[in-house]
Amino acid sequence: MGLEHQLPEVITTRLESAVGWARKHSLFQYPFVTACCGMEYMATAAARYDISRFGAEIPRFSPRQADLLWVVGTVNHKLAPFLRRIYEQMAEPKWVISFGVCASTGGFYDNYATVQGIDKIIPVDMYIPGCPPRPEQVLDGLLKLQEKIQNEPWDKYAYEEKRRRRLAEGIEEEPTFLERFGTKV
Amino acid sequence: MAKKLIDFVKKHFGDEVLDAHSRLGNDTVVVERGRVADIIARLRDDDATQMNMLRAITCVDYLHREPRFEVVYILYSIAKKHMLTVRVVVPEDDCNVPTIEHLYGCAAWMEREVWDMYGVTFEGHSDLRRVLLYEEFEGHPLRKDYAKQASQPRLELLGKERDSVEEFNRYVKDKPSEGSRQA
Repeated sequence: MGLEHQLPEVITTRLESAVGWARKHSLFQYPFVTACCGMEYMATAAARYDISRFGAEIPRFSPRQADLLWVVGTVNHKLAPFLRRIYEQMAEPKWVISFGVCASTGGFYDNYATVQGIDKIIPVDMYIPGCPPRPEQVLDGLLKLQEKIQNEPWDKYAYEEKRRRRLAEGIEEEPTFLERFGTKV
Repeated sequence: MAKKLIDFVKKHFGDEVLDAHSRLGNDTVVVERGRVADIIARLRDDDATQMNMLRAITCVDYLHREPRFEVVYILYSIAKKHMLTVRVVVPEDDCNVPTIEHLYGCAAWMEREVWDMYGVTFEGHSDLRRVLLYEEFEGHPLRKDYAKQASQPRLELLGKERDSVEEFNRYVKDKPSEGSRQA
């Protein structure tokens, strides 16, 4: 960019802030695309809107390599166990974006088949409304998620460390996600 | 073309036909369920009709009417370019229709879907399982008396042993499906 010569040689910052900055600009994503919202996801990812400007350019088709799970489209009850399993296969730290109203609330589907919002299955960090949302909305949601990542404690996801510390302090530890919901799937 | 197919069915299976109508080029015959497979076989094989394509099997639930269900077969002839809808009346207390799986290969899955959604069984079907819903599901959701928002979350219905090593051994390792890589 030709800006490097204008930067000072030394920048002071907090380590937590630096880690947050690195994390928010290197989101490897796992697109879980099930419905028409996928077209808007593709539009956002392609050259015109160019999601790579925000460091979220690489879709990984293995959940073990991904940080950010995009749930794009309607999720039905038959599919729910697989979505839960994919979420659990992702390594920490991980975030989830619910893309479009169907993923967020079930949308206009309220029947025997459809999950009324994926937050009934997995925790969600950011909801993007719209049916489907325009790429501008998607990028806005991504920026808000980046803001959240920047501001959250950097060891928030270090469960082992957190539990060890709590145990040393004699605090009754809170159950992990797996303990809370079991490994039924 | 109009009425030609209806007349054909009436001529050969006059006793079976309950009703027939033709509207906007859509010919429909309503028949008894007993010999529906014979009727469709005749329509498929006869030179005058040549119904060599089964477009759909579906079902209609007329709640509070007796008989309650109608199973609908939509037949089409690619050679003759004509279409006939065959409807079969099915009472609620004996939800059963003879299968036509042996006539059209695609009928097997269509009949599974009708059973899945409406609970109409097909006598003689080789593999009548759910095709769209999951096996833990109870009831048939497209019946008019199924509560329209009643969902059955699969996550809560699955048993704990679902993902166990024992189950993996039982279903995958011991019985590898055709084409899977052998260890």
